[in-house]
Amino acid sequence: MKPVQIENEDRRLLLQLEPGLPLVPRPYAEVGAALGMTEDEVLSRLGRLIASGVIRRFGVVVRHHEVGYKANAMVVWDVPDDRLATAASHLSAKPCVTLCYQRPRRLPEWPYNLFSMIHGTSEATVRQQIAALGEESPLVEIDHDVLFSRRRFKQKGAHYGPCRPSLVNREVA
Amino acid sequence: MYSHLEQRLLNEWQREFPLEPKPYALMAEKLGMSESDVIGMLNELKEQGAISRIGAVVKPGSIGASTLAAMAVPQQQLEKVADRISAYPEVNHNYERDHRFNLWFVVTAPDEDALTRVLDTIEHECELPVMSLPMIDSYHIDLGFDLRFSSPVLEVQA
Repeated sequence: MKPVQIENEDRRLLLQLEPGLPLVPRPYAEVGAALGMTEDEVLSRLGRLIASGVIRRFGVVVRHHEVGYKANAMVVWDVPDDRLATAASHLSAKPCVTLCYQRPRRLPEWPYNLFSMIHGTSEATVRQQIAALGEESPLVEIDHDVLFSRRRFKQKGAHYGPCRPSLVNREVA
Repeated sequence: MYSHLEQRLLNEWQREFPLEPKPYALMAEKLGMSESDVIGMLNELKEQGAISRIGAVVKPGSIGASTLAAMAVPQQQLEKVADRISAYPEVNHNYERDHRFNLWFVVTAPDEDALTRVLDTIEHECELPVMSLPMIDSYHIDLGFDLRFSSPVLEVQA
């Protein structure tokens, strides 16, 4: 996706928020104090970032696995380019689909250009949901593959800020 | 299972979290509990891992560069390679998936150049090619998730 230009102060604010809003009575004041911004400024910047779509959502980020959604599958589709938008909006409207992205094909080993994430309480439930999706008109006869998650080695929020050089440039084994 | 109040905390503020000086006090009022109990309960849910954070889900590309990367790792090396990749602060999700491409991870960096450098370093360190699949378009981005605690589906779940 094309990078979006945002103000440096907004960028600092978003980086400061990466670990999460502090669990204290005046969290926005605390975030502001770390940045030399007032509570009002933090609130108005966040409001603008939400309104402009830079922040897609602001709120509680739940870890699906821990709350009972034990199974998740990445279902990848090889959709003819002229049918991509139709297939994507069909998938996006399904309650079981939590993400739907277009990504590049890497031929010959990776022919899939549409990625959807499906969460469910069990693998059987997710398989049923995928089977049902595959029978619906915009997706029928579209080649797809299902990649269930197995071990989760790491899950945390994104970190866009600069990393400590010692970690980035560490010795190559 | 989660108490009714915990379920409401997990479900009702995934979007439109209050942009008010005292957000937890507002939530407390809505739930009929005290502000300090809301904060305490959120802390507990965070410690248990049910909540990763209260925060912003940002449109990809707006504060940096990111990609979804995949690797085909020989099974006997998978754990070692996965641990090495997880050690990078730029990697935030890292999953095994049942496919020839069996390791999938998300990499974020301040800009495209830095992202490329991280991917190159990973390739070099692991001696395996990395397939990078940056997002071209998002049709549906994480908008939160109705946990449907009231549906029978979750109740049969152990």
